[in-house]
Amino acid sequence: MSVDEKTVRRIAHLARIAVTDEEVPHLQGELNAILAFVEQLNEVNVEGVEPMTSVTPMVMKKRQDGVTDGGYPQKIVQNAPATEDNFFLVPKVVE
Amino acid sequence: MTELTHLTIAEARDGLKAKTFSATELTQAHVEAIEKARALNAYVLETPEKALAMAKASDEKIAKGEARALEGIPLGIKDLFCTEGVVSTAGSKILGNFNPPYESTVTRNLWNDGAVMLGKLNMDEFAMGSSNETSAFGPVVSPWRREGSNVSAGASGAIEGTHLVPGGSSGGSAAAVAAHLCLGATATDTGGSIRQPAAFTGTVGIKPTYGRVSRWGTVAFASSLDQAGPIARTVRDSAIMLRSMASPDPKDTTCVDLPVPDFEAAVSRGVKGLKIGIPKEYRIDGMSPEIEKLWHQGAEWLRAAGAEIVEVSLPHTKYALPAYYIVAPAEASSNLARYDGVRYGLRENGRDIVELYEKSRAAGFGREVKRRIMIGTYVLSAGYYDAYYVRAQKLRTLIKRDFEEVYAQGVHAILTPATPSSAFGIGEKGSGDPVEMYLNDIFTVTVNMAGLPGIAVPAGLDAQGLPLGLQLIGRAFDEETLFAAGQVIEDAAGRIKLPQAWWA
Repeated sequence: MSVDEKTVRRIAHLARIAVTDEEVPHLQGELNAILAFVEQLNEVNVEGVEPMTSVTPMVMKKRQDGVTDGGYPQKIVQNAPATEDNFFLVPKVVE
Repeated sequence: MTELTHLTIAEARDGLKAKTFSATELTQAHVEAIEKARALNAYVLETPEKALAMAKASDEKIAKGEARALEGIPLGIKDLFCTEGVVSTAGSKILGNFNPPYESTVTRNLWNDGAVMLGKLNMDEFAMGSSNETSAFGPVVSPWRREGSNVSAGASGAIEGTHLVPGGSSGGSAAAVAAHLCLGATATDTGGSIRQPAAFTGTVGIKPTYGRVSRWGTVAFASSLDQAGPIARTVRDSAIMLRSMASPDPKDTTCVDLPVPDFEAAVSRGVKGLKIGIPKEYRIDGMSPEIEKLWHQGAEWLRAAGAEIVEVSLPHTKYALPAYYIVAPAEASSNLARYDGVRYGLRENGRDIVELYEKSRAAGFGREVKRRIMIGTYVLSAGYYDAYYVRAQKLRTLIKRDFEEVYAQGVHAILTPATPSSAFGIGEKGSGDPVEMYLNDIFTVTVNMAGLPGIAVPAGLDAQGLPLGLQLIGRAFDEETLFAAGQVIEDAAGRIKLPQAWWA
């Protein structure tokens, strides 16, 4: 399979990465090189093979469902580019 | 007396204990070496004041007879580990001046054992790369030079000539250890990022079993493959460091609740009676005859030490790299969705929230990262998920099964080359076709896909005078056998003579 320019733009939008007109052909070439490389997986008969979900056989650790941390909003927002009263600021989302 | 920066961790520990020198003297020697080596670009952030304060605290502990396992040992930290109050960037512009209000479990464990932090080490952006050329802070210069090369430190202190890459993504870690800018360094490995740079720089690097080391507080790339480990100058030093880095951790559900063995004790165990497998599928077309010869030599060394060498088959080896380039980008596209210009890091304003995301991410991510996020987005998108992602995860099951069958035949560890070549020059690979660079990980990536431990040990030099490494792959949670067999190779090969400080 290979991707055309329109698909490159669609993927970029899905990935929320702005791309310029000049970048699109380069990205298309690079993505197609990778897709051509992974094509060889189609040689393998995978019928009846379970897809891997966990690389080590282990039971997921569980803990009591309770609050164990928190209570420091200033720490949470201290690295944010724009904040007000310990809230993150973003452009208006709902008109 | 040997220069303080040229000691091994084990020697430094003995010297501190015997009060031959103080932790402050040891740290000061490293701080000075780092200052003189800025042209290598191994450190992205030096923390000399913090280092000296930590060393002073270590000297007080030593004076009171309360020295801990790594008391006063100066280490470099890959900039993928979040360190409280010290800027952590993952080699990316998008994290900007991110200053974590928390400490990663790995670094917390090291400080709890008395280690000293010298600074943060350069790396490929988000650990995506095999040459350290994708870092937002620029490439790292390998301390190694080809014989007769024109690389030198110019009058201005800048590097002149086409220098070699240290490998990646833990390029700063490997270069700093090889250039004596720390006694050991933390690193991480998703497809070979500890073992390949270790092989390129004549150092020892181990990627432990998935789940041995906590991933908490380490910037995520591909969560089912990422694992932290040390790079050091000897097998023993890597064992000492891993013992401190590893621990159970309630904050990481994939980190196992197993006691951490005394890895250092395993170093002197030897390989008598062990069965070592040689996988025929690793004999690839175009592999350099020098690597082939070294691989054979490695097997002979192990045989001479009492191991039984058997040929084994891992039939799905060739599919590990293509499957990896579906699984890893898929997980990366999900993990890196968090860099949105809202909660931390770089922000480019837009008319609406979507434009803010798109512009921030376009400005903050480098080319390789964008490429991988987009491949990941594509293989997870509606209509392609089964054809790519699910198929790759089925291949992963088959790759792991190959190893299980070999281990079921009584094989204790598997010997392979670490890389298909020695270090290459900056700009030599991957400029047109990204796959050319990806092929560097052909011998290491299977290990991540199967979640197994793997160690790279320097085993010799090629005709250009550059180091080559051998890899040993172990059973899950049996790093001890890797340390034992790795020590046999180190003893037989003799310790690699690291380069003189031509940059200082």
